[in-house]
Amino acid sequence: MRGLPPALITAIVLVAGFAACAVQFPNIASTRVVGNLLTDNAFLGIVAAGMTFVIISGGIDLSVGSVIGFTTVFVALAIERWGMPPLAAFVAALALSAAFGAAMGAVIHVFDLPPFIVTLAGMFLARGASFLLSTESIPITAPIYSTVSDFALRLPGGGRLTAIAIIMLVIVIGGALLLRLTRFGANVYALGGSRVTASLMGVAVGTMTVKIYMLSSLLAGIAGIVFSFYTSAGYSLSAVGVELDTIAAVVIGGTLLTGGQGSVIGTFLGVLIQGLIQTYINFDGTLSSWWTKIATGILLFAFIALQQGLVALARRPLTKRAGAAS
Amino acid sequence: MTALLPRRGLAQILALIVILAVDRVVSPQFFDLRLQDGRLFGSLIDVLNRGTPVALLSLGMVLVIATRGIDLSVGAVMAIAGAIAASLADTHSLAVVLAAALGAGLICGLWNGFLVAVLGMQPIVATLILMVAGRGIAQLITEGRIVTFSSPDLVWLGNGAILGVPVPVAIALGMLILTGAVVRGSALGLLIEATGGNARASELAGVGTRAMILSVYVWCGVCAALAGVIAAADIMGADANNAGLWLELDAILAVVIGGTSLFGGRFSLVLAVLGALIIQTMNTGILLSGYPPEFNLLVKAVVVLTVLLLQSPKLTGFAGIAARLRRTKA
Repeated sequence: MRGLPPALITAIVLVAGFAACAVQFPNIASTRVVGNLLTDNAFLGIVAAGMTFVIISGGIDLSVGSVIGFTTVFVALAIERWGMPPLAAFVAALALSAAFGAAMGAVIHVFDLPPFIVTLAGMFLARGASFLLSTESIPITAPIYSTVSDFALRLPGGGRLTAIAIIMLVIVIGGALLLRLTRFGANVYALGGSRVTASLMGVAVGTMTVKIYMLSSLLAGIAGIVFSFYTSAGYSLSAVGVELDTIAAVVIGGTLLTGGQGSVIGTFLGVLIQGLIQTYINFDGTLSSWWTKIATGILLFAFIALQQGLVALARRPLTKRAGAAS
Repeated sequence: MTALLPRRGLAQILALIVILAVDRVVSPQFFDLRLQDGRLFGSLIDVLNRGTPVALLSLGMVLVIATRGIDLSVGAVMAIAGAIAASLADTHSLAVVLAAALGAGLICGLWNGFLVAVLGMQPIVATLILMVAGRGIAQLITEGRIVTFSSPDLVWLGNGAILGVPVPVAIALGMLILTGAVVRGSALGLLIEATGGNARASELAGVGTRAMILSVYVWCGVCAALAGVIAAADIMGADANNAGLWLELDAILAVVIGGTSLFGGRFSLVLAVLGALIIQTMNTGILLSGYPPEFNLLVKAVVVLTVLLLQSPKLTGFAGIAARLRRTKA
């Protein structure tokens, strides 16, 4: 049951927030709005699932926004200018992003450098590379794009579950299973708990580090493809600043930034909370978009303070016992 | 370590000289200076002038990093201070404008410092809050518009000159001397390094680590606010969306290039400012070379990676072994 209580709190906040919004604007409680919420935040959900692994393992990945930007430009150019079939372009883009993540993981492990600064360099590198490819927005007209954007499962009540929302849900569920049920997932928690202990217990720390950053970049690549579906274009400035939204979602979802604790489902709920704030502001109409940032900041603070409190509570019995023994 | 001291900074100075030389090759007039209306002009002055905001940010950031912290909110604090300065500039005196803007920076720093020093949050998380919310606050102040002003006093801060030296450069130099005098002229710098080296041990040895951490974040906030005021004065307006955007990363980069370890425990103010100058010299060089400015990010990434690898404990370990081998041979 590792990390479940914080995610539970996130779920309660989400439900309460949703209920509060629904009382004020009854229209929010419709499958239409929920469907849009999933579609609009699909790319964020995918990349946040990957970030959850990185943060639980005690690292951080600042390069994801740039990888998304790079992928959209690469895919657009490959399909529209280089005449690649879309599926081949997707595979190539994913291979590139996975290799990029693996390289960052390798640098972090081999040279024993802080992930923060290595992925910061990665952020500059990926964004720079996408600028080099093209600084213009490239519209994508391939038929697969219109097919995918037209595809949707009808929900009762007029809502649409779009293809990209389904991709996101599949990845979130797959990610949650990977983290909970596999040896890989257990190792991720072990790394976040303590690298030294994990290494002594026989976890291949280096391989794990490479794999974790590879997973994060790969999911950022998928998020990039989804983003290109969402906008039907590739643009080198797309998804600027998404790494911070992603980290915020992970933290709001109850994952400890010090590592060792957290869940993919919590992150997914965190993404939905951010989406809900945005939806509420859209419905209200009088509030400006910058309230999203302030509200996210306040939520972030509330959740971190809560976690801090929980950690302090968890430690207290230990010190008490130690005090009683002495 | 003492034997290494004179050699510290050599790499950075050499790097700056190399980049300056490359700039001279791409643009033959690079070192030309001329005096016009009592102010120096030329590419070199331009480098100094444009490098001012990042140099100011790195002055605060280097102290924060020396305590093993990091401040992600400086860009947002710049936006807040710029927004305040721009909206007050035409109706209040310069003293009031500066007091309000720098006061806002001070409060932001207090907030960050409170979270880190008192609540014990991880610095990257604690400052992420203000980084996300701060830009929203700045937009709230400007009501989402780009606020322009024409107050000659404030404009002078961005475009004026003292004895031919542009005012921003003079301010940055003054701040460098002031910070240096305060932290190196007293034991403060040592105590900051002690806090970063091992907070627990320092606490036990009687260093007020909490006060130390709180004050470096406050100083970082004030420096960021000053950078924000200068950036606003430079463009005669405040753009809450773009003021200081990504400059936190440039500031961290400048500090890292300046050889300050992200693991805390030692710092150099001069080298951090030198790092900011190196970044700006690269930016200006790329601009002058006629290459698209998009190259900037790639070049920066390569430089960061190189510096990182040079600083890597493993590599320096190898170098140390090699040096010892050489010494034993000789």
